[in-house]
Amino acid sequence: MSDPALRLEALEALLRERGLVSDEAIEAVIQHYEHDVGPLNGARVVARAWTDPAYRERLLEDGTAAIAELGFGGPQGEHMVVVANEPGVQNVVVCTLCSCYPWPVLGLPPAWYKSPEYRSRVVREPRQVLEELGLSLAPDVEIRVWDSSAEVRYLVLPERPEGTGALDPETLAALVTRDAMIGVARVEPPK
Amino acid sequence: MTETRDGAPAFDTDGPAAPPRSNGELVFEAPWEARAFGLTLALVEAGAFEHDEFREQLIAEIGAWEAEHGTDGPYRYYERWLAALERVLDAKGLSSPEQLAAVERDLAARPAGHDHRHD
Repeated sequence: MSDPALRLEALEALLRERGLVSDEAIEAVIQHYEHDVGPLNGARVVARAWTDPAYRERLLEDGTAAIAELGFGGPQGEHMVVVANEPGVQNVVVCTLCSCYPWPVLGLPPAWYKSPEYRSRVVREPRQVLEELGLSLAPDVEIRVWDSSAEVRYLVLPERPEGTGALDPETLAALVTRDAMIGVARVEPPK
Repeated sequence: MTETRDGAPAFDTDGPAAPPRSNGELVFEAPWEARAFGLTLALVEAGAFEHDEFREQLIAEIGAWEAEHGTDGPYRYYERWLAALERVLDAKGLSSPEQLAAVERDLAARPAGHDHRHD
């Protein structure tokens, strides 16, 4: 491929000339995904599920609807399925074919999530990959790998860390990381 | 450990493709990647094509690349993305490879030091 920056500039110029797209529309999309959506949305969903058993039930029953209750939705979030970690079970999400990811609750995926290595290896040897990513699991912990697709986007509901019973949802949300909601990390208790 | 791009190990904890332990990370590695993403979604919003049509082409581009290079070549996700976008636009009759190459030649022929947005 030629210089992709030049190629893209040419493509933009051609499409603008044909009135198919404007500079403003392109910038608006970029701004939205760089600043407005991100893992904090998902963290709020998780914190609510930790503190509201009825919400947790709704979330696991119909992820899309429960997430919409908190005002989150849009492209790549139309068919959300939330999978809950529990003692002895670790869920982890991948998209083996490309890069499907729940944008409204996690923003855009990190580079490693899109890498050929992660996409192929996490299915074949999930325990090893999680170990390399810093998550060591006991041998008896079952790992469930969920392959995202055009139909379904997955979000992992991590386990609530010990000793956080007194914390309010907003403080809890600050503990929840993107990686924990992909399923490659634990939520650590506050330091 | 295999390499992703620019010699960085796939799970290097310092490189641009590193898995960070927090929520913060640069979403795009270069300005043109952000523009490619923005352009594609803006076209979907404008009704030029469906997101699923683009996704199917993206899967095909990634699959073809991996069939040729395996999973440890110098992979650049947004190059696959751009290739998929070009194919979809061509299939819709909105931009052909020949037209695109012509515009690209014109842009490349600009004198050095012109007001270049990228980089």
